[in-house]
Amino acid sequence: MAFLNMLRKRLGGLLLVVFGVSLITFSISHLIPGDPARLIAGDRATDAIVENIRHQLGLDLPLYQQYGRYMLDLLHGDLGTSIRTHRPVLEDLQAFFPATLELALAALTLSILVGVPLGVLSAVYHNRFIDQVARTLAVTGISTPAFWLGLGLIVLFYGHLNWLPGSGRLDEGLDPPRTITGFYLIDTLLAGDTGLFFNALQHLILPAITLGFVNLGVVARQIRSAMLDQLGEDYIRTARAYGLSKWAVILRHALPNALIPSVTVLGLTLGDLLYGAVLTETVFAWPGMGAYVVKSIQSLDFPAVMGFAIMVSFIYVLLNMAIDLLYRLIDPRIGEVN
Amino acid sequence: MTTPITAPAVAPLPAASRWQDKWAYLAHQIRRSPLTMAGLLITLMVLLVMAFAPWLASHDPNALNLTQRLAAPSAAHWFGTDEVGRDLFSRVLYGSRQSVGVGLFVAFASCFAGGLLGCMSGIIGGRFDGLIMRLMDIMLSVPSLVLIMALAAALGPSLFNAMLAITLVRIPFYVRLARGQALSIRQMGYVKAAETFGAGRWHMVIWHVARNAMPPLLLQLSLDIGSAILMASALGFIGLGAQQPTAEWGAMVATGRNYILDQWWYSTFPGVAILITATGFNLLGDGVRDLLDPRQQGK
Amino acid sequence: MQACVQQPLAEQAPVLVIDDLRIEFPAYKSTVKALNGVSLHVNPGEIVGVIGESGSGKSVTAMLSLRLLPERSYQVKSGSLSILGRDMLTAKEKDLLSVRGRDAAMIFQEPMTALNPTRRIGRQMLDVIIHHQRLSKAEAKAKAIALLRDMHIADPEQVMNSYPFELSGGMRQRVMIALAFSCDPQLLIADEPTTALDVTVQRQVLLLLREKARARGTAILLITHDMALVSQFCDRVYVMYTGAVVEQGVTAQVMADPRHPYTQGLLSGLPEQVEPGQDLMTIPGQVPNLSALPEGCTFLDRCAFATAQCLQRPPMQTIDAAADRKSACWLSAPSHATAQESRP
Repeated sequence: MAFLNMLRKRLGGLLLVVFGVSLITFSISHLIPGDPARLIAGDRATDAIVENIRHQLGLDLPLYQQYGRYMLDLLHGDLGTSIRTHRPVLEDLQAFFPATLELALAALTLSILVGVPLGVLSAVYHNRFIDQVARTLAVTGISTPAFWLGLGLIVLFYGHLNWLPGSGRLDEGLDPPRTITGFYLIDTLLAGDTGLFFNALQHLILPAITLGFVNLGVVARQIRSAMLDQLGEDYIRTARAYGLSKWAVILRHALPNALIPSVTVLGLTLGDLLYGAVLTETVFAWPGMGAYVVKSIQSLDFPAVMGFAIMVSFIYVLLNMAIDLLYRLIDPRIGEVN
Repeated sequence: MTTPITAPAVAPLPAASRWQDKWAYLAHQIRRSPLTMAGLLITLMVLLVMAFAPWLASHDPNALNLTQRLAAPSAAHWFGTDEVGRDLFSRVLYGSRQSVGVGLFVAFASCFAGGLLGCMSGIIGGRFDGLIMRLMDIMLSVPSLVLIMALAAALGPSLFNAMLAITLVRIPFYVRLARGQALSIRQMGYVKAAETFGAGRWHMVIWHVARNAMPPLLLQLSLDIGSAILMASALGFIGLGAQQPTAEWGAMVATGRNYILDQWWYSTFPGVAILITATGFNLLGDGVRDLLDPRQQGK
Repeated sequence: MQACVQQPLAEQAPVLVIDDLRIEFPAYKSTVKALNGVSLHVNPGEIVGVIGESGSGKSVTAMLSLRLLPERSYQVKSGSLSILGRDMLTAKEKDLLSVRGRDAAMIFQEPMTALNPTRRIGRQMLDVIIHHQRLSKAEAKAKAIALLRDMHIADPEQVMNSYPFELSGGMRQRVMIALAFSCDPQLLIADEPTTALDVTVQRQVLLLLREKARARGTAILLITHDMALVSQFCDRVYVMYTGAVVEQGVTAQVMADPRHPYTQGLLSGLPEQVEPGQDLMTIPGQVPNLSALPEGCTFLDRCAFATAQCLQRPPMQTIDAAADRKSACWLSAPSHATAQESRP
């Protein structure tokens, strides 16, 4: 019952989001001083051609009719056509999405691998030197401009040391693996091409560190706060009173309980990483949705921007639902509340 | 064992009554937290640089010197020079006015506008409240970075428009916060007393509510400055913020990117400036949160 | 241990000895003097009560016995504390681990929160049993079931399969007691074990606790603010006030002839027919600030019998050496016997 309620609420939220996002981006796209029809037609097109394009795109209709048409198309899964690439926006996004997701997942994994131990240490050595160091690192992560960190890593590891490549998903001239999942790391392995796998892995390292470092601070803070909550609980005192060692108490009792409330926060950071990848992808010429949308914005390609915003918001809502489900699975107390 | 266990009931705090005692206690708390101290010092330093940039700068930030293009850091040019021979040290100092200025403006403007709107929404209630809140829900549902970039692009690339875009996107957070406060204050009843002053004097009601909603709003504000600075520099980096020849850190990193492999200093120093400034404001924000919300102490 | 000749209880070495213990908690611009020279001991198999208001230091004493207070939060100024002859204040963390739960176990006030909310009862019990004893998982499980059955739990397997939130408060506290006895400790420290329970459940739980302790020869240090509870369950009692013992003795003697005005106050709050769990505080005034204790008797401000002599702090005075009966009040000294009798 509770589950159905949750589903109903989420789906309602999804509709609101799609409606809201499309309304906002639609309004913005009509704020622009430029004329999309002329943008598409190019500088040398005659007025007649521009007028023709305007008519084809329905830009001569009243605004509410234009919005209605857009929404109707949206229901059929049609996000419109990109002004810049002249391809359906949905196709473009589908092509670029796996690259972004691969990067975001790699960054999430890195930030959790480093952020969780950091948060635990910070909480266990509360207000002591280790805590100060860990908190400084976390705040630094939150305060680092990702684009600048990316450049720094490129200079160091590509420019000076030449250990790692500085752009793209594969070396120039290499053919990408046959698309199965869209993740190069998986597709290369499925194709049995270990050489290509390591090439893809090398290309992933620097962007993932860049994106992950910013998220590291969020993860470490969340874990620290949740751990402090748990370490102050009575059952921790009980565990100690019955002879469990300090680290057994921390790792076997406090940490699992701290992770339960953290799942929500950590899961939602994946959503932040997906659209936060915008800057990282630009710096590393990573062929993902972020780099695509930056180019679209710079060329005032609003159908593409609208499509991106709607798609990311959509994913965000789906992610929320997935996290809700996961939460139900891992917290035995959830039945108590309902 | 250092695991924090709820200490037995002891009275740790004297009831601070006189304001001197309160200040002494505040100072004690800040001193006890080296990170808050560091944040305070960095913030003060940045604000001083902002105010005294003309006196501190060694060169005119916009003076071209084509014989000294892309010079490495030296005694004459501490941070080196850019592609048209401008002194980068001076440009970084002047850049604080753009970047930090944007951060402060965004935080205060969105806090003021959002706070006011939220208070009004909470007090007036009814259909007005419903409309405002739906609108805010919609704004919050769009990924903020994308919304900011789209707004900035639509308005046309300039620092002012970037500022406006970030402010607009930050407003819903304050509206929600202020509205929640307004509702809880309304339930406490003393707004009713203010209402008896007469319907025409509703500005007094707003004042009552706003004064009481202030601490959480200020807390959010202090936490927001750092991220606003980062956001502004990100817009500058992708060309949607400050335009040439204005010295702005994000835009400087972006231009320096063209020379990144040979002239490392060009992008490095403006980036370090962003990092230090944002870290300072974020540390201070954390400290303010600890002070305002003792339950969260040190979390 | 078990094989040695059975001696009369009182002649065996005490399981817990606290001698002149003083500790402080540093706070903002002051130090909270939580314990100011506490001395007490618990003999094998004995049930000893420690009673006092909040702030008397009774819970700090309990927590410190197993060194469960956060290290660095307090400073030991003087004195010693030993369990089974092992100095707990200087012991290494590693050595403490074998004492906690095995030689001395503890039961807490809040059965609701004292168990890990996301682990099944069985798993939590097995963890402790296997940690201290060389048992296989199956043996440990059989032991846990037997322990729960001893607590008159009808369906131990079902309880072991439950999460704490699925059990009632009384049931949870029975689980805690079962856990406490899992390694046959010599000493059991019970910190307000029934305060959070319903009045009807309190008695059942305490009876179970006493029954089990007597059967196993386990000594109990019972921390409480409830005089009725002490009178019904304890062999001896220590009355604590502002971090020190102010009166001690065999329960019956203390109840019949309290020598310290504070004890008298505690007892006068007791109606003839006492409902267990009822608050008994009828003494006027407040416990003094522990960071600024007066020079003289700390009970001075609330005492109806105060004299000029009370501006000096009274030491513990022996009333009956054989029964270890003492009181920290000038009026309770043998020379004041007349004053004692002339009291209203």
